[in-house]
Amino acid sequence: MKAPPGIAPARFEQALRKWRGIVGADWVFTSAQDLDAYRDSYSPLYGEVTERVASAVVAPDSVEQVQEVLRVAHAARIPLYAISTGKNLTYGGSAPAYSGSVILDLKRMNRILEVSERNAFALVEPGVSYFDLYRHIRERGLKLWIDCPDPGWGSLVGNSLDHGAGYTSAPFRDHFEARCGMEVVLADGQLLRTGMGALPNSKTWQQFRYGMGPMVDGLFAQSNFGVVTKMGFWLMPQPECALLLTAEAGRHDDGPAFIDALAQLGYEGLITSQLFVESPVMGFPMGPELARLRADWSERRVPALEDYARRNGLVFWSAPFAMYGHEDVVRTQLAHIRRRIEQIPGARVRETACLRFPLADDQLAAAPDKARLGIPSLSYFVSRFAPGAPLFEGHIDFSPVVPLDGQTLREAQDLFDRICQEHGIAPLGGRVLLYHLRAACLIYAVPVGRDPQANARARAGFARLMEVAAARGWGEYRIHPAFMDKGIGYYNYNDGALLRFHERLKDAVDPHGILSAGRYGIWPRHLRKHV
Amino acid sequence: MKSRPGRLACAAAQLILLLGVAQAAQPTISWTWLPVPAGTDPGKAAFMRACAVCHGDGPDHPGTSSLQIKYEGKLPALLEQRTDLTPDLVRYYVRNGFAMMPRFRKTELSDAEVDAIVNYLTRVRPEPAAHPAQPPASRQ
Ligand SMILES: Cc1cc2nc3c(=O)[nH]c(=O)nc-3n(C[C@H](O)[C@H](O)[C@H](O)COP(=O)(O)OP(=O)(O)OC[C@H]3O[C@@H](n4cnc5c(N)ncnc54)[C@H](O)[C@@H]3O)c2cc1C
Repeated sequence: MKAPPGIAPARFEQALRKWRGIVGADWVFTSAQDLDAYRDSYSPLYGEVTERVASAVVAPDSVEQVQEVLRVAHAARIPLYAISTGKNLTYGGSAPAYSGSVILDLKRMNRILEVSERNAFALVEPGVSYFDLYRHIRERGLKLWIDCPDPGWGSLVGNSLDHGAGYTSAPFRDHFEARCGMEVVLADGQLLRTGMGALPNSKTWQQFRYGMGPMVDGLFAQSNFGVVTKMGFWLMPQPECALLLTAEAGRHDDGPAFIDALAQLGYEGLITSQLFVESPVMGFPMGPELARLRADWSERRVPALEDYARRNGLVFWSAPFAMYGHEDVVRTQLAHIRRRIEQIPGARVRETACLRFPLADDQLAAAPDKARLGIPSLSYFVSRFAPGAPLFEGHIDFSPVVPLDGQTLREAQDLFDRICQEHGIAPLGGRVLLYHLRAACLIYAVPVGRDPQANARARAGFARLMEVAAARGWGEYRIHPAFMDKGIGYYNYNDGALLRFHERLKDAVDPHGILSAGRYGIWPRHLRKHV
Repeated sequence: MKSRPGRLACAAAQLILLLGVAQAAQPTISWTWLPVPAGTDPGKAAFMRACAVCHGDGPDHPGTSSLQIKYEGKLPALLEQRTDLTPDLVRYYVRNGFAMMPRFRKTELSDAEVDAIVNYLTRVRPEPAAHPAQPPASRQ
């Protein structure tokens, strides 16, 4: 057993003993095999000395236990790293940002505390997964939808605390935006509730976010100022029907106008679901022929790519989306959407399904586009795409936020395409994703695995992608811990005033720096490199 | 919602009596989106909760689709149809993961739950395989 850096083994042993007394001996893990389970399976540093690993794990079952565990850590100055379901794969998995931290695993706290059908909200503990909440709602026949990201095994709390997003209507799909009310344990074990939760016996904790005074909720996301033990979320009332649709445009040069039209329809509130603009020609993965055509940056490029699309019967651009509500209303809105899209010559909107809710049990498995119907799954977790294709072992996502402007987005795609080619990395994705509200995100899933050389190449390419994005004013919305310092380093307006403010907060609320050191570049004073 | 090894073992003992009836009433292959019915064999219940989301039947089950590609019909892609799975193999994959499948922690699946899954997936079947599947020789 290895103590966290800078912690004397005897002090560590003593803390472990106290934690066993609090959570029970079965829920403190120190064996190599148990700790292995907390490694980030998709770490770009996998197997290298710099890989971030845990020194122990404590898994409390209640808020009171969390408070006591934190008091022990605070007194002994032992670094902790809180996870909810710990499935933050691509952005760090269940491993700590600061190697040697003790993982505070909240998975056992998996109670669904309240689901209100009348006021469309849920109050949950950190260990509740999207699957859990979905099944709970389904079992009770409640007329509510959840919004889930691709990984249904993730948690409402963990996902939203990393600013994650999903697929259904705004604002539900921006998961931190959909929150209402938080309960947080501070580093010294103090318990607080945000918003209306500060009013003892409040009756509107999950309905009115502001409460009175400054709204501090945002301080607990992408940060390390507290451990969240409860969180409320607004849910979408079950619609009468959903139309699944795909907008399509046929030519390479339609890209900017197509993106702009879709964005405008979003601003007008006609398209409320998440949508992405993808291309079987411009996106990833690509076969050898396409790779050759895409590597040619001469004037032959566009005609050759359009010819490729024609020969293979591919639609150049497509954008799946959904519309929810009463069918007559939705169809009237669809007529407006069609008129707008059809202004681009040859472009159209295809209806792929019209579904009425609730779905019967036997409709669930076959339901298309599940995430846009609020049905959790793990459909993206594919290890093998085709016979003989290399095993896909994991990825880290480069996810820059780019202005919602067709021309700029197309330029960004071409720029990132060039860099991937130069660095010999073949990411998946590269779609224009309308994910959060009012900004586009491009997501490039850069493959990583067990080969250190390939990982080194992936890291070099990833770093370069970040650099060129930052030079154009595009920052990542979220990042793997291996790149957190670099990522936050670009957010340095006025000599890093924002990070310095975060550090002042850190020093005030967690003076011994025990919570999630290094998360999003916020280090406690004793670990800051620039002090 | 809560899963406690103690409670699980106790439930297991109570349910053994009901097992024949419960299994007869359920489809052989686990489903993903419906609540696990009361009276389900604990191994199957744990499988449905933790494994079927990838290894269930039908579209959107990436474990099944990946194994389909791997075995090309030589072995069933559905784990619940395999007759060659050994306890060691099942335990190995649950705790070590493979490719896109991460390791499962004890807070997600306790040792008792893994044992129940092992029993469920290796329960006596009519024709045991001649060559039981082996875990990969070495993996970092
Ligand atoms: C194939 C694939 C597809 C993906 N698609 C999506 C997608 O569509 N949308 C999306 O958003 N993400 C996506 N992801 C990224 C990620 O897997 C999900 O966001 C996932 O939900 C995060 O894991 P989690 O919910 O278990 O959170 P956790 O791992 O539990 O938490 C994430 C982080 O938040 C902090 N944290 C968690 N809980 C607490 C707490 N209680 N108190 C304080 N801090 C806490 C910790 O720093 C932790 O590391 C995808 C990943 C993959 C591999």
